[in-house]
Amino acid sequence: MSRPPHRDYAGAKLGMWLFLFTELILFGGLFLLYAVYLARYPHEFAAAGREMHLAFGVANTVILITSSLLAAMAVTAVQRDDRRTTLALLGGTILCAAIFLVDKYLEWGAEIGRGIYPDSPRLAAGPPGESVFFSLYYLTTGLHGLHVLIGGALLAVVAARVKRGAIHPGDYVWLENGALYWHLVDLIWIFIFPLYYLVL
Amino acid sequence: MAPGKQAHYIMGYGQLTTVWLGLLALTALTVWVSRHDLGIGHVWGSLAIAAVKGGLVIAFFMHMRYEGRLLRWLLFLTLVTLAIYIGFTFFDVLYR
Repeated sequence: MSRPPHRDYAGAKLGMWLFLFTELILFGGLFLLYAVYLARYPHEFAAAGREMHLAFGVANTVILITSSLLAAMAVTAVQRDDRRTTLALLGGTILCAAIFLVDKYLEWGAEIGRGIYPDSPRLAAGPPGESVFFSLYYLTTGLHGLHVLIGGALLAVVAARVKRGAIHPGDYVWLENGALYWHLVDLIWIFIFPLYYLVL
Repeated sequence: MAPGKQAHYIMGYGQLTTVWLGLLALTALTVWVSRHDLGIGHVWGSLAIAAVKGGLVIAFFMHMRYEGRLLRWLLFLTLVTLAIYIGFTFFDVLYR
C-alpha cells in the first residue's frame, strides 16, 4: 500500500523565510559597519565614493530588478500550468544573473587595474578611511556576488526540475522558495546601490 | 490548485509589470536626487527611497502581501531586531 509523500507546504515556506531573515541580519551587520565608519570618516568615504562608477551600479540595479520580475512571473506561470513560459522566464532570470556577474567582473577589474584592492600599495599609502571603505565595498559586494552565483545555480536546479515535471501546479514550493531567495538577492542590492554608489 | 487547504493568490503578469515599472521609476528618482545635492536630507532621502523599493519587492514579488499573520510578524520581528542593534550601536558610537 503506498501513501502519497508527506508534504508541508506552509512549513517549507516558513523554513525558507526564517533562513532569509538570518540573511537580512547578516547583511544588516555589514550595513551597520558601513554606517559606523561613515560617521567616523565622512570625508575619506566621500573621496573614496568618487572613485565608484555610477554606470555599473545603475546597470546592475536595472538587471537585478528585471530578473526579480522574471522570477516572480515564473511563479505565476507555474501556477497557471504553463511549463514552457516558466522555463523561458527562469532562463531569463539566470541570464540576468550571468550578465550581473560579468558586469561585476568588469567593474572589479577596472578598480583593481587602478590599484584599488584590499591591502594594495595605493590604499596602504592613502588615509585609513579610504581603505576601510574599499574593504567594506569588496566584502559586501563580494558576499552579495556569491549570493548571485548561488541563486543562479539554485534556479538552474529548479528549471531542471520543472523540465522533468517534478515541479508542477500541484507542487511548486521549490520554485517558490528559489524565487524567494532570488528576490532577497535583489533586495540586498537595492540597499547596496545607494550606500556605495549614490550617497557619497 | 496548490497542495494543502489554503488557496493561493495568483499575481497577474500585468500587476507584476506595474511593480517593476514602479521600481524602475524609483531607481531613476534616487539617481536624480543624488546628482542634485539636496543637502543633509541626501543620505536619508536615498535610504527612504531604498526602503520603499524594498517594501515593493517584499510585498509583491515575494508575495508577503498575500501571506498569513505568522510570516508578517516574523518579518516585523526581524526588522525590529535590526533596528535595535543598529540603534544601540549608535548610542555607543555617537556619544563616546
